[in-house]
Amino acid sequence: MDVKIKIDNLRVYFEKNEILKGIKINIAKNMITGFMGPAGSGKSTLISIINRMIDFEDNVKIEGRVLIDDINILDKEINPVSLRRRIGTVFAVPIPLQRSIFENIAYGPRLKGINDKIELFKIVSDSLKKAFLWDEVKDRLDMSATKLSGGQQQRLCLARTLVLKPEIILLDEPCSGLDPISTAKIEEALSELKKEYTIVLVSNNTKQIARISDYSAFFYLGELIEYGTTEKVFTNPSQKKTEDYISGKFG
Amino acid sequence: MRINPKKVNKFIQIMLNVQAFFTVGILIVIVALILVKGIGNINLEFLFSFPEDMGRHGGIYPTIIGTIMLVILSILFATPLGVGTAIFLTEYTKETILTKIIRFGVESLAGIPSILYGLFGFIFFVIKLKMGWSILSGVLTIAIMILPTIIRTSEEAIKAVPKNFRIVSYSLGATKWETVIKVVLPSATPGILTGIMLSVGRAVGETAAVIFTMGSSLRLPTSIMDSGRTMAVHFYILAREGISMEKAYATALVLVLSILLINIVAYYTMNKVVSRFS
Ligand SMILES: Nc1ncnc2c1ncn2[C@@H]1O[C@H](COP(=O)(O)OP(=O)(O)O)[C@@H](O)[C@H]1O
Ligand SMILES: [Mg+2]
Repeated sequence: MDVKIKIDNLRVYFEKNEILKGIKINIAKNMITGFMGPAGSGKSTLISIINRMIDFEDNVKIEGRVLIDDINILDKEINPVSLRRRIGTVFAVPIPLQRSIFENIAYGPRLKGINDKIELFKIVSDSLKKAFLWDEVKDRLDMSATKLSGGQQQRLCLARTLVLKPEIILLDEPCSGLDPISTAKIEEALSELKKEYTIVLVSNNTKQIARISDYSAFFYLGELIEYGTTEKVFTNPSQKKTEDYISGKFG
Repeated sequence: MRINPKKVNKFIQIMLNVQAFFTVGILIVIVALILVKGIGNINLEFLFSFPEDMGRHGGIYPTIIGTIMLVILSILFATPLGVGTAIFLTEYTKETILTKIIRFGVESLAGIPSILYGLFGFIFFVIKLKMGWSILSGVLTIAIMILPTIIRTSEEAIKAVPKNFRIVSYSLGATKWETVIKVVLPSATPGILTGIMLSVGRAVGETAAVIFTMGSSLRLPTSIMDSGRTMAVHFYILAREGISMEKAYATALVLVLSILLINIVAYYTMNKVVSRFS
């Protein structure tokens, strides 16, 4: 396995509570890795470590290492702003900014100093196509993004991330509020995108993990209980807890 | 005796209606009074000619210019300072003793009667800094006077911007400053504009603090070091010294109509801004 992210004995504390209890996991390059586990098991916290959004929380203590391409991103020398340009994030609730569809996607590129109209149009339309949204919005790029449906908004958020050409895309329960058709479109997009990107998909829907991820991880109460190829985890899990979770006995 | 909630509800509803009617009614009476008394004396000549004989005859041109200069300059001065302070208080600091002190200071400043601002402006700008009775002294004084309003309304507006917008901006690789400029401030603009409009109203209507600092010269100001008179001050002097009640009401009418106009324009542009976003 070609490792993109190597998490090494990661411990995270909020105040005195240990939220992640010594996580060790290697995440494969250009694959989809699915994170599953009941609410409160620390999946979102782990995501926010990888993109350093945890910096905005108070009273956090972090121990251990998170290596991306062998560089520890928890190091003090790492600039979280430039790190976030290499790591795209899609959140559970689609959050369009209060501007047009086009300007939502152009937001990141403009920050990088890309202001040329033709170039912007090219990269914006490319990323909309990759997010399977282009056909639905190509005639109304000037419309406010908040007028799109929830499913369209979530694909807009995906496109907004893709336009920055990140190396890694983190998706934290991106389909939790979406209808089956929108969900299918996002899954289709992700399966296509993994050729170029390393994808981490958190989902409360084990079937979704089984459908599209190459590797699957099961978290429970801040610990990584099981990790392996999706096939192995779903057909022959090594832990009873995993089996119970997958078969829907708790969750 | 048991209190019947339905009856209480009905009673409160009636009281609220009476109050609303009263408020609107008083506003209408005031505007109508000024309109009736002032309309006969308003024409283009009144607006664009110079006053003669202390304002007993002629127009109010210099006081219009004086008002515009005072209001625009004090807003231009106070807005960046006030919005900047609000950004600092909301985005760049955690709640500490320092922010508590600043907030307490802002609250206190908001409650001080305007004549005290006038006195301060007179002692500090006019005398100490030797600016004399000038538009500059008036502008600085009024700017300080409206600063608390702008800080407080901006702070509320900035706080009301959903945290998620900031999170998205950061996740797309924006710095804090970029997030403030490109996401937070645009979302907070309607609220900030409300504060500015309130301040415009205060600056236009202010008399005491203006007389002390900007003076009441009827000559047309040609630089910010000249003294000048605003419409509100002109009205006050005309009425108080019994120079001409007709001219006083005409001036008041121009004052009221311009405030009305400013509010309508602001409301309209604000709606446009808001509807463009959502
Ligand atoms: N900002 C925070 N402050 C304190 N505790 C938190 C914070 N964020 C998350 N937690 C706690 O961390 C645990 C893991 O939460 P989370 O990472 O959101 O789990 P998941 O995404 O798997 O549902 C939960 O017990 C939650 O209460
Ligand atoms: Mg979560």
